[in-house]
Amino acid sequence: MTDRIDEESGVGIDYIAVEESQRFQGLRRMQRSFIFPLAVFFLLWYFAYVLLAAFAVDFMSQRVWGDITVGLLFGLGQFVTTFVITMWYVSFANRKLDPVATEIREELEKAEAGA
Amino acid sequence: MNVTPLAAEAVKNDPVLNIAIFAAFVAVTLFIVIRASRNNKTAADYYAAGRSFSGTQNGFAIAGDYLSAASFLGICGAIAVNGYDGFLYSIGFLVAWLVALLLVAEMMRNTGKFTMADVLSFRLKQRPVRMAAAITTLAVCFFYLLAQMSGAGGLVSLLLGIDSKVGQSIVIAIVGVLMIIYVLIGGMKGTTWVQIVKAGLLIAGALAMTVWVLALHGFSLNNLLQDAVANAPQGDKILGPGLKYGANPLDFLSLGMALVLGTAGLPHVLMRFYTVPTAKEARKSVVWAIWLIGGFYLLSLVLGYGAGALVGPEAITKAPGGVNSAAPLLAQALGGPLLMGFISAVAFATILAVVAGLTITAAASFAHDIYSNVIKRGKDGTGESDAAGEVKVARRTVIVIGILAIIGGIGAQGQNIAFLVALAFAIAASANLPTILYSLFWKRFNTRGAVWSMYGGLIVAVALIVISPVFSGSPTAMIPGLDIAIFPLENPGIISIPAGFLLGWIGTVTARTAESRALAAEMEVRSLTGFGAEKAVEH
Repeated sequence: MTDRIDEESGVGIDYIAVEESQRFQGLRRMQRSFIFPLAVFFLLWYFAYVLLAAFAVDFMSQRVWGDITVGLLFGLGQFVTTFVITMWYVSFANRKLDPVATEIREELEKAEAGA
Repeated sequence: MNVTPLAAEAVKNDPVLNIAIFAAFVAVTLFIVIRASRNNKTAADYYAAGRSFSGTQNGFAIAGDYLSAASFLGICGAIAVNGYDGFLYSIGFLVAWLVALLLVAEMMRNTGKFTMADVLSFRLKQRPVRMAAAITTLAVCFFYLLAQMSGAGGLVSLLLGIDSKVGQSIVIAIVGVLMIIYVLIGGMKGTTWVQIVKAGLLIAGALAMTVWVLALHGFSLNNLLQDAVANAPQGDKILGPGLKYGANPLDFLSLGMALVLGTAGLPHVLMRFYTVPTAKEARKSVVWAIWLIGGFYLLSLVLGYGAGALVGPEAITKAPGGVNSAAPLLAQALGGPLLMGFISAVAFATILAVVAGLTITAAASFAHDIYSNVIKRGKDGTGESDAAGEVKVARRTVIVIGILAIIGGIGAQGQNIAFLVALAFAIAASANLPTILYSLFWKRFNTRGAVWSMYGGLIVAVALIVISPVFSGSPTAMIPGLDIAIFPLENPGIISIPAGFLLGWIGTVTARTAESRALAAEMEVRSLTGFGAEKAVEH
């Protein structure tokens, strides 16, 4: 992408101004305040599970009913949380992030075409 | 209930049938590759399939790329023999995708062109950062490639009844040559189609076998577990953790870190995000990948315990392919030689597809990053980067990598495959992921931080592997005769991943040169809005 600098600086978009604009800051805050806590949560939950499996073998081997153990339920729980977080993020991104991102992008594209 | 091992007597299989099914797969995919290659004109066509795949198609291709022989045969076998600990492995592989979905995929798609280095060097100094990113990319691809190629040799002994070293070497060479043909002719488009076909076959086969296994046990997971316990020498220990990793829990923690943080730094996975037209499609492709991969691992839980119940751990470990033979043996126990032939052909196809994906990634990284931007400095005299020359170099690189992979694969026969894969994941997590996250989310991050983090993470991970028990000092080590194993863990992740993050931070705060404020703002605006992102190629 060495061609980028000649290409983009020519159209004269002031990226610093865009970045400092209230709308962009809002988009950034909205994205980060959603993904960061969620990332912290799923990593903590995953490592808690790994630590339990590594150091609390007896607890994880306890039977809940029949041959279904605590460990198996926790493991399947990891699948469930992964699927739920995936769907939750997608619906959030589609509803909240995409409209604002598209709006800013279209304005930038218009400005670029006009320049 | 059938508790007596069905296939315990001997591995009866029909090499001619297996070869015929495999040949049919090669013929079909080759036809698809040739058809797909008609529009390969530009660099964007060759490396990124013209960015024309839909999110759904790319999701299947990602699943095809990710469900390598190690995760398909390896996890089934690990569950069949060690029970729960095999399942633990698959969870790390799945949860890792959340890192890719939430933190990496869309922003990568918006700021890059073909390779990981495009994103990392966006606002930093081109040459040092690209060089470092290309080297870590090549290192990850190389170890991953070696693992797949030596895995191919091992599979052959089981599936085709070829036991001799020469015979296995010939098969490795055939896999290598086929892969070169696919990638040379088809580029990214052909490779992607091979992965889509393979993912479909693999998931269909696994689904059919799972329903079959459950039907034999009255559709009750509990009955299945009961039979697996009755058949296991360790009894009900297979229902809880500890059989495989119990001796060294710290090692398991280290592996867990490398698995969950490595995926989002694997260059051949990252490159797949450039084959779709927009960030929204990149998001959609990760969502498809998560459903397919997660679903597949749930199936392999049933298949693994099913193999334990219907074939028996002892018969599996005694079979020619060892633990890796659990899935094919289960197929034989269920559907006879025809199903086994099908599953074996899918396993071959898996290796072929993964190897092709790795090769095109490595070739793109060499041609686009090292040749075009570091050696040629992105100019051919006219101020334009020379895309045609770059693709020519990429094609030649494919041949070189293919030959290296064949030689390496023959040399690595019988090596510990898990060691090579763990090394690839550990390098990806220590050298690639810190720099990717820092450059996407930390405005102050600078060139020195990137270079320190990438070289530092790479060197620490490789050095720890060299002084670990997988390299020397134990009977199963690479060099059993030597003993320089000072580091007690098999996986370096627990040290090398924090080291990669720490070095990136230290490098950044100690650097005196400030990076361009305007470029940082531009990258941030582009990464979030998708403005100026590479568009799909119109044909």
